[in-house]
Amino acid sequence: MHIVDGALSNEVLIVGSAMSAVGIVVGLRKLTMDLIPAAGVLSATFFVASLIHVPLGFSSVHLILNGLAGIILGWAAFPALFVALLLQAVFFAFGGISVLGVNTLNIAAPAVLVGLMVNPFLIRTTSSSLAAVFGGFAGALAIALTTLFVALALGFSGDNFALQAKIVFVAHIPIMIIEGLLSAAAIYLIHKVKPELLHAMNKGGAR
Amino acid sequence: MSDILGDAGRAKGLGRAEANSIGAIFSHRLWIRELDPRVRIVAVFVFSICVVQLDKLLPLGIAFLGGLFLLLQARMPFVTSLKRVLTVDSFIILLLVMLPFTTPGTEMASVFGFSASYEGLRQAIVILLRANAIVMASLALLATIDAVTFGQALAKLKVPERLVHLLLFTVRYVEVLHAEYLRLKTAMKCRGFAPGNNLHTYKSVGYLVGMLLIRSFERSERILMAMKCRGFNGQFHLLKDFDYTRRDLTFSMIACLFVLSLLALEMLHVVAA
Repeated sequence: MHIVDGALSNEVLIVGSAMSAVGIVVGLRKLTMDLIPAAGVLSATFFVASLIHVPLGFSSVHLILNGLAGIILGWAAFPALFVALLLQAVFFAFGGISVLGVNTLNIAAPAVLVGLMVNPFLIRTTSSSLAAVFGGFAGALAIALTTLFVALALGFSGDNFALQAKIVFVAHIPIMIIEGLLSAAAIYLIHKVKPELLHAMNKGGAR
Repeated sequence: MSDILGDAGRAKGLGRAEANSIGAIFSHRLWIRELDPRVRIVAVFVFSICVVQLDKLLPLGIAFLGGLFLLLQARMPFVTSLKRVLTVDSFIILLLVMLPFTTPGTEMASVFGFSASYEGLRQAIVILLRANAIVMASLALLATIDAVTFGQALAKLKVPERLVHLLLFTVRYVEVLHAEYLRLKTAMKCRGFAPGNNLHTYKSVGYLVGMLLIRSFERSERILMAMKCRGFNGQFHLLKDFDYTRRDLTFSMIACLFVLSLLALEMLHVVAA
């Protein structure tokens, strides 16, 4: 779901980059030095996860998992996902340079939103199955919001993109389902095995 | 260095082991790799912002050729970089293919009752030229920097230090975690796991991701303790110093001229039209 260079209008690029910059600054403020190793290693994990392909129909899709990133990293998901996208743009030529801000916003803003929504419930619940339900909801919603953002970015850039924007959304419904199921399974496991991970970014980082 | 990230910038015909020794001999032919990384980062950034402003085919064509020239000069492996240039997201390809049909204008052809317009085709070509010009320039100039140097150069360009630290940590552990992922995957294969379109697959891959996250979190705890033992006080020392040489000055000037003339061409066309 990376938008390439050259497809968006200047207004969208500028607004998107400015909003991303704000998100990154907020995220960095929450990242104390004690949290940087954890954030860096988790950011690398999400980078690796984006290399995992799961079968879908006759083809396969790669994972985004921004819902999981939001749950585990909170606001730190902004800089962490920015770093992952920057590395992808520079070393793999996925996405583009001028659209980096917009792409970051599209992936990281839903992550943070979903994380803020679900975390209060996740931390309190003692049942792993319930945690899995929240995780699945977060994973699916994050992808839904991301596609919505991509569609909006395209739609604001030109009226002739309107149809494509709708198609992007419909085509991603199966991906929402898959990401939801995967996130549910991942959160179930984490809740059973290492529940501390769910509030990794809160220890000492809460200000 | 990370293999995943390092692969992109490997020169044509040079294996990893030979790259250092042979690379040194041919260094005069790989002038791009000798440039100051800061200059390269700024150049690609300015270039991409300017190219996005171009709308006329002539300056875009020249920008595209400029990108191609850089790609050839960097002696990137031609076929693999071509593959990278072509692997744009499949959804973007869909978007481009549909553009002629969704843009109103002079009818060019009609497919299954939908009419395609010249204006839409032109816009699709414009987007493709812009995207590819930028991708080629960034592959040639940026992917040839190794990831750690890239982070150090960003720090020298006044990117917030915490962000650079985060980047360096990510770079350091991408390879480690990729190995971990491959290990877990092999273990799953040994137990007879075959991916398919079913709930079992999604559940198993979800557990795989969860396990990966848990292990990396535990790893990060060990890393923090090890770093504290060595007196880590939140400060990475970014020791690398970069030299802004005559070669860099020449390149910056030529790049500036190139970008300015692209913009001038674009303006000229506007006036002429």
